[in-house]
Amino acid sequence: MAYQRPEFKEQYENYIGGEWVAPIDGKYFENTSPIDESFIARIPQSTSKDVDLAIAKGWEAFETWGKSSPAERSMLMFRIADRLEENIELLAAVETCDNGKGIRESLGADLVLVIDQFRYFGGCIRTEAGSVTNIDAETVTMEVHEPLGVVGQIIPWNFPLLMAAWKIAPALVTGNCVVIKPAEQTPVSLLIMMEIIADLLPPGVLNVINGFGAECGKPLASHPDIKKVAFTGETSTGRLIMQYAAENIIPATTELGGKSPNIFFESIMDEDDEFLDKAVEGLVFFALNQGQVCTCPSRALIQESIYDKFMEKCLARVEAITMGDPYELSTMMGAQASNDQYQKILSYIDIGKQEGAELLCGGEVYENELYPNGYYIKPTMFKGHNKMRIFQEEIFGPVLAVTTFKDEAEALEIANDTQFGLGSGLWSRDMHQVHKVSRGIQAGRVWVNCYHIYPAGASFGGYKNSGIGRENHAMMLNGYRHTKNILTSYSKNKLGFF
Amino acid sequence: MPVERVSVTEAAVEVIDRLRSEHGELMFHLSGGCCDGSSPMCYQKGEFRLGGRDLYLGDIHGCGFYMHADQFEYYKNSHTTVDVVKGRGSSFSLEIPLGLRFMIRSRIFTDEEMADLRPVVAA
Repeated sequence: MAYQRPEFKEQYENYIGGEWVAPIDGKYFENTSPIDESFIARIPQSTSKDVDLAIAKGWEAFETWGKSSPAERSMLMFRIADRLEENIELLAAVETCDNGKGIRESLGADLVLVIDQFRYFGGCIRTEAGSVTNIDAETVTMEVHEPLGVVGQIIPWNFPLLMAAWKIAPALVTGNCVVIKPAEQTPVSLLIMMEIIADLLPPGVLNVINGFGAECGKPLASHPDIKKVAFTGETSTGRLIMQYAAENIIPATTELGGKSPNIFFESIMDEDDEFLDKAVEGLVFFALNQGQVCTCPSRALIQESIYDKFMEKCLARVEAITMGDPYELSTMMGAQASNDQYQKILSYIDIGKQEGAELLCGGEVYENELYPNGYYIKPTMFKGHNKMRIFQEEIFGPVLAVTTFKDEAEALEIANDTQFGLGSGLWSRDMHQVHKVSRGIQAGRVWVNCYHIYPAGASFGGYKNSGIGRENHAMMLNGYRHTKNILTSYSKNKLGFF
Repeated sequence: MPVERVSVTEAAVEVIDRLRSEHGELMFHLSGGCCDGSSPMCYQKGEFRLGGRDLYLGDIHGCGFYMHADQFEYYKNSHTTVDVVKGRGSSFSLEIPLGLRFMIRSRIFTDEEMADLRPVVAA
C-alpha cells in the first residue's frame, strides 16, 4: 500500500502565544525532503527577538498554567493524544516526507509512541501521591512539587515528533510552559502537529520557534529567563548547552548519543526456533531509521563459536531489506535525513575500508530509480576490531561494525570500551548470564533479548559521554519540577538557643 | 617540518573567510555522538569553553582545531581534512545558515608520516 506525499502550505510561521506569528526579521529558509530534495515549505529563520517574544508569552501563560490542576493537565495530554491518533496517517506521511524514513516506521513506530507518550504522562500525573512525614510528635515535613516555569527544549531530526513528545509531555503535564525549537532539517512535522492540536492548548503554554542553531538555538539555550534547558544531539553542542546553563545556574539535560553494543551469546544458536529468528532481527535493527538512532545497535559482538552460522542468517536478513519508495508500506529503509549526513556516512564507509575492516555487505549508495536526487545508502556491515574508528564513532547511518569475542569477560570488555553508554543489547538463553552481563554493561539502557523498544514507562538516558539526565518514566516528572520542602512545627515552645 | 594532523580544502577556506568577515576570529571543535556528531563545529573564538581534556591539533586557515582527548584516542592515526558540503546540519556551527556544512574526510597516516607527526598539546 502506498501513501501519498502530503500537501503543504508554501510557508509556515512560528507558533507563539497561541498564534501563528511571522519571524520579526521576516526571514525564512527552505525546507526540503531528503526523499527527493523537493521543496516542502518556507520555515521561519528566527532570531533572538523571536526567542524573547516566545519566552515572554510563555511566562504570561505560566501565571495560569503553573497553577492549573493535575486533572486539567492530564486531560490536555489525553485530548492531544486522541487528536493525534485521529490524524495519525497524515502525521506519519508528513514525518516520512520531512525526515526520509519509511512510512512503515513513521506509522508503526514514531506516531504510535508519540501518542503513547502523552497518554502515559497524562496518567502519571493523576496517580501521584505526595510525601508527608512526621519528624517528631510536633513537626511535619511535606515534599511539595512545583513547576520550574518556562523551559527551553531543542530537539533532533531523527525522530522529530517523537523527540518533541518526549520533551513536551512531561514538561507540560508538570505545569511548565515550553519554548521548543525543532531541528532545521525537519521542522515541518511539529508545525503541522501544532495546527492539529492548537485549539486544545491554552495560549502560550506551548510555543514553537524555528531557525538555525547559531541564530535561534543559542539565544534560547542561553536565555536568562528559561528555568531549564533540555537537548538531544551531539557532544560539542551538549557541552555548549551545559556551559550556558552553568552561566544561568539552571539545570540542563543532555542526551548525546552512543555507540551501542549488541551482544550475541552462543546459547542463541542452541535451537533453531522463533527466538533465534528474533535475535537475527535484533542484529538487523542497526538499519532501523536508516541507522539514525541514538541507540542504534551499531556494534555487534558475536561469540566466536557461533559467528559463521549466525552471520549467515543475518546476512540473508540484511540482503532481504527492501529499499525504494519510502511512502510504500513494504519499503524497509528510506532516505538519510540530509545531504551532509549522507556525505558523512559515506566518509565513514571510506574510513572503514581504509582501516582494513572487511566489508560484509553494502558499502555503497543505493541508486533509487524513483528518486535519483534522494540520499540513500545500502545497509552496510563491516567486520573488524573495536579499536577501529567505525567501532568508536557514531556514524549515524546504516553501518554495522561486527566483531567477535571468546567469553563473557571479553564481551564486557569490548562492550564497555567506548566513550559512550546509551543503549546496549544482549541475547542469551542463559538467565544467569543475562543478569550478570546486564549489570556489567555501562549504559543507561540494556535491552535483554529484545532491542529498539521504547515504552514511555522505561527510563532512557546515558552513562559516560552519552549525556546527563533521563527521559521517559514517571521519574521524568521531577526533571521538570522543583522540590519544595515545607517543614512545619506545631509546637508553641521555642527551641531554646536564644 | 612535522606532518600536520589537520588540513583544510580550498572550498572550506572560502567559507572560513566568509564567516570570519562576519563573526571575527573562529575556532573549530570536533563533535562526537548523536545526530550531527563526528562533525567539526565552527564557533566564534572563545565561544566554546575548552577544557582540560581538550587537545589542540593544529591550525586550519588561522583557526585552532580542537578535539576531546577521548575522541583523539581514535584519531591519532588519522589525518583529518576539513571540507564543506551543501547541507543542513543542526547544531550551533556558524556556517549552517549559509546552507553549508563543514565535514571531515579522513586518511590513515603512513608509517613514515606517523614517525614525524606534529605533537598534540593541551588546548
